[in-house]
Amino acid sequence: MSALRIQQGSTSHSAYDLRDYHAEVIEKHTLAVLVDNEAGVLARVIGLFSGRGYNIESLTVAEVNHDSHLSRITVVTTGTRDVIEQIKAQVGRIVPVHEVHDLTVEGPSIERELALFKVEGTGNNRIEALRLAEIFRANVVDSTLESFVFEMTGTSEKIDAFAELMRPLGLVETARTGVAALARGSHV
Amino acid sequence: MTRQMTGAKMVVQALKDQGVDTVFGYPGGAVLPVYDEIFQQNDIKHVLVRHEQAAIHAAEGYARSTGKPGVALVTSGPGATNAVTGLTDALLDSIPLVVFSGQVPTFMIGTDGFQEADTIGITRPCTKHNWLVKDTDKLSETIHQAFHVATTGRPGPVLIDLPKDVQFADGEYTPPAKAKVSHYQPRVKASIEDINNLVALIEKAERPVFYTGGGVINSGPGASQLLRELVDATGFPITSTLMGLGAYPASGKGWLGMLGMHGLYEANMAMHGCDLMINIGARFDDRITGRIQDFSPNSTKVHVDIDPSSINKIIRVDLPVIGDVGHVLEDVLKVWKSRGRKTADTSAWWKQIEEWREVRCLTYKPSETVIKPQYALERLEALTKGMDRYVTTEVGQHQMWAAQFLNFEDPNRWMTSGGLGTMGYGFPASIGVQLAHPESLVINVAGEASWLMNMQEMGTAMQYRAPVKQFILNNERLGMVRQWQQLLHGERYSSSWSESLPDFVKLAEAFGAKGIQCSDPKDLDDAIMEMINYDGPVIFDCLVEKHENCFPMIPSGKAHNEMLLGDASVEGAIKSDGAVLV
Repeated sequence: MSALRIQQGSTSHSAYDLRDYHAEVIEKHTLAVLVDNEAGVLARVIGLFSGRGYNIESLTVAEVNHDSHLSRITVVTTGTRDVIEQIKAQVGRIVPVHEVHDLTVEGPSIERELALFKVEGTGNNRIEALRLAEIFRANVVDSTLESFVFEMTGTSEKIDAFAELMRPLGLVETARTGVAALARGSHV
Repeated sequence: MTRQMTGAKMVVQALKDQGVDTVFGYPGGAVLPVYDEIFQQNDIKHVLVRHEQAAIHAAEGYARSTGKPGVALVTSGPGATNAVTGLTDALLDSIPLVVFSGQVPTFMIGTDGFQEADTIGITRPCTKHNWLVKDTDKLSETIHQAFHVATTGRPGPVLIDLPKDVQFADGEYTPPAKAKVSHYQPRVKASIEDINNLVALIEKAERPVFYTGGGVINSGPGASQLLRELVDATGFPITSTLMGLGAYPASGKGWLGMLGMHGLYEANMAMHGCDLMINIGARFDDRITGRIQDFSPNSTKVHVDIDPSSINKIIRVDLPVIGDVGHVLEDVLKVWKSRGRKTADTSAWWKQIEEWREVRCLTYKPSETVIKPQYALERLEALTKGMDRYVTTEVGQHQMWAAQFLNFEDPNRWMTSGGLGTMGYGFPASIGVQLAHPESLVINVAGEASWLMNMQEMGTAMQYRAPVKQFILNNERLGMVRQWQQLLHGERYSSSWSESLPDFVKLAEAFGAKGIQCSDPKDLDDAIMEMINYDGPVIFDCLVEKHENCFPMIPSGKAHNEMLLGDASVEGAIKSDGAVLV
């Protein structure tokens, strides 16, 4: 056992900090990071997370402004409040980073994820899968006599719930995009 | 006006336009076009080092002693990987560097070509930023941007990777004035509320202390002047990190000496007992704080830093002030004066500090037969005091003793590897300093083990007639490792003996330099004077006491007020909690 009594995998990033980190609440935050769309920019952001021992729950990235070559990276991360603040400051000082927004604290926001599920089955299972898909507003985007591929958009929790229901009905493969998020309201 | 030229010529032109006069480097296949251009001009001096790591450390020494960015040029593959230690060193100590590396031609990238390495990938975490230039038309703008990034905000090393075909190809040169304005513009002025709040704290504090660091030096000589003015006008005590020595003069009346693991008792006790801590340009490094939970438990903490990521990273502060040290100090002084230059009575605090001073924590047991390392540095200080002197160090006990026993009156006079603790830093750094200040006395205080790590640079020192003085405190041990093994590992001295050392005098002579050996305290003054007066590089082999420990010391995992003051209190000093720390 470590003499430090810091649990392995702790997000504590200073070994000199001998405080008990478990006492602090782990929060989940969604960060939107606007970056220059230049070679290696994603590696810089990800390298920072791995190099400093931060968590990535999900990550999406695509160019959102072709004229100014700006990409938006949406990262869902977890950590104590101090760690989240540190992550924002660390990401903010990467040279090609223009803006860092913590959507979790900056006011109400919309979070959506797209997922594809391949469900194999026949008979009752197949009928049940289709019925549940309707309830969850999932679309059938591919079909054979023994399978469906469902497409679904929603919060990560909704997608988790749907996946849970599909598992006993023949879920064989899942693809998820990770979270894309925007602040609600008219302001940018 | 834009001009067509080859990429290689652009590199040289951009360096001239950026005011660069010296480049430290080592040629190789992938940078030959740039070296060809360097050959055909006389404005920029190229200094041929003997190893790429030394090129970066020399550039660091140049940068730290001049306040200008250091520039280095290395080839692809091994040239670039050899530079990695130096880049990491500069990143941790916030030293502005612009490093150029050659790369295989763009059409060969990814083929495992000869001397190909993923330099951008390898150096991404050890630079502030880096660029792979694939288009000659973009090269000059990238270089100007690189200088901007290296020197703006919190300074740091940047790297530009130059594929060979980009060096050969023609493109359009953009001068600095025409280059696009970078979106990278860190905030330098702090908010007026923060300044007002800081001034209000200054007015009320009864037990204040300034805790300053390398950020004051990076902010420029003006910042050091403002710091002196503020410290002297308020009459507050001041301590500094290893990196910040010289920003406030050692002879100043507020000076407590260095703080931290091997800092002075009075400085650490003042940090522990203060009611107001004003951190200016330091980063609560683990060498400074000791055990976090017990760090300065009763103080209001202010942190002035240009880098927001330094705030609350290790120590939670009450008042963060984000801005450049020089700008913040100027505003604080202005507001404090306009509000009537008020301070509370700090006489009781000073009385307490004087009592701590009485402990005389740097006392060591003198010897008439063996040179004590502390004595050697006391004599070096006494004999070079008042000279136009620059000091570099390697890493270990000698470095801590140098910080304790040498006094610095001005910024940019002290070059040491603080954050990364790079053995082998001091010698090449001393060459970089000497080439920037040809007429000054440049001394590298070294240990014999550290010094051997970059000893090949004797060739560089000789070639460029850099009369650097290598003052080696030779205890035939990795002294700091030995000290920790004594404290922590039951005196089992595993691999900490410097076996098979060279004869340093003969080594010096083999390079055509001067070698001096001294082992008798009575001969020391004359030997040091001989070193100073010799016009050329000197290796001074100072044979010192082999088992001396460096005190005072905060054992790892302990708090500021649990310092060890001498050998008597060493037994069992480090508990299991502290044992896993470095």
